[in-house]
Amino acid sequence: MAKSNKPIFWGLFAAGGTVTAFITPALALITLFAAMRFSPDMFTYGAIHAFAAHWLGKLVIFGVILLSLWHAAHRTRVTVHDFGVRADGLVAIVVYSLAGLGTLLTLYYLLYI
Amino acid sequence: MNKPYVRSLSKTGWFLTQPRYKRYMAREVTCLFIFAYTFLLIWGLKRLAEGPDAFQGFLNALHSPLGVLFNLAVLIAAVYHSTSWFNVTPQAMPIMRGEEFVPGNIIVGAHYAVWAVVSLIVLILGV
Amino acid sequence: MSERQIQLEVLRYNPETDSEPRYQSYSVPCLNEWVVLDALNYVKDNLDPTLSYRWSCHMAVCGSCGMMINGEPKLACKAFIHEYTDQIRVDPLANFPIERDLVTSVEDFITKLASVKPYLIPKSDQPVSAGEFKQTPAELKKFKQYTLCINCMLCYAACPQYGLVPEFLGPAAISMAHRYNQDSRDGGRDERQEVIASDEGVWECSFVGACSEVCPKHVDPAGALQQVKVASTIDWYKEHLMPWMKK
Ligand code: SF4
Ligand code: FES
Repeated sequence: MAKSNKPIFWGLFAAGGTVTAFITPALALITLFAAMRFSPDMFTYGAIHAFAAHWLGKLVIFGVILLSLWHAAHRTRVTVHDFGVRADGLVAIVVYSLAGLGTLLTLYYLLYI
Repeated sequence: MNKPYVRSLSKTGWFLTQPRYKRYMAREVTCLFIFAYTFLLIWGLKRLAEGPDAFQGFLNALHSPLGVLFNLAVLIAAVYHSTSWFNVTPQAMPIMRGEEFVPGNIIVGAHYAVWAVVSLIVLILGV
Repeated sequence: MSERQIQLEVLRYNPETDSEPRYQSYSVPCLNEWVVLDALNYVKDNLDPTLSYRWSCHMAVCGSCGMMINGEPKLACKAFIHEYTDQIRVDPLANFPIERDLVTSVEDFITKLASVKPYLIPKSDQPVSAGEFKQTPAELKKFKQYTLCINCMLCYAACPQYGLVPEFLGPAAISMAHRYNQDSRDGGRDERQEVIASDEGVWECSFVGACSEVCPKHVDPAGALQQVKVASTIDWYKEHLMPWMKK
């Protein structure tokens, strides 16, 4: 038996699970408010742009998105298997590619801001 | 005589057979919402990078029944994920103090407290 | 003492004559303080001597009387009649092949348990004259709960991943490896990692948590497996990102 390489992804999954558990409900509440137009001076371009333009803001945004993506990707792989699909290799390529693509896009947009 | 009888689980229906399996699957499925939601955030980031008008366009697109419904679904899934995640932390990461393990409910409680503080900070920053 | 007439639905399978199992119903006058094992013994002694099942201690220490009681993995000697209605269904332990009636074949588990080297492998050989290996109460506490495992296999019967992927090493075997890895007197972790850190080892687990819910000894195998994942992940990152850290 050979040692598995799953730890690479599991490490990101576990770190991402913790970060999303702490942060995602609050984020989703904010975007829900935004979707409901709760208050007009919430979610202004100026404030958010200022946050994302600062290097620390960039770092936070990148960290949160990266870990959310890889957490969700790995768990999706497991879940697809749990639903009875046995093409694990193919599923792994698809979900990890999505997470990789999301990571690169995030990096690109952040550098752009 | 040796002729063992093998019963097998249904590959696609096993999780319907017990309530605890259903709860497990509900927990696992939260990741699909978090996956989709993260791409919503990335899309918002793209529009943010494109300037004020583009970002206003993003907010306008969000302001729809579908946008509200989606965010509500993500919120529910995310809260379920958080509780299911924090509730098992003492199992995955037990902490020893001297000769005793720290009681599980203290570890879980500490996570909930931090969760409350982090949520408050995020909400104050975001709203 | 109050007595209750219980309908016991027992799954029967005779490899010599049956092509598949079938339920047989017995009406058993049960005393209120009985456990399901007592009801089975009553059947065997008074109604049907052909019924086969395993048991030995009648006190939840030998681990041989595991079976499905109303679909839940239980020790028959710890399942009290007063906790059930008048109809009780008894099946052989799930996820294991049925040998005869309630007797399942346990070879798979025994092989897996042996494969993780569930015994002390001292860091270095010492002559007896060097005395015993000493251990503090805190060091003992670290693994004590895992020593309570009685190899009853209820956790395997509860685990859907074992049911779906029979190659999976499973909860009790990995918990037992973890038990020795956590022992301050032990030096065998590297050898065990070769087995438990494989794909069929701990990485087949997705933390359903059912094993810990059914374990009659509160071993918490699910917790042990998550701790093994954390430790194996730290190993992996050390080995691949910081190769100079390798011993
Ligand atoms: S871990 Fe618990 S359920 Fe599993 S074999 Fe040991 S005692 Fe039985
Ligand atoms: S008969 Fe020994 S554990 Fe039940």
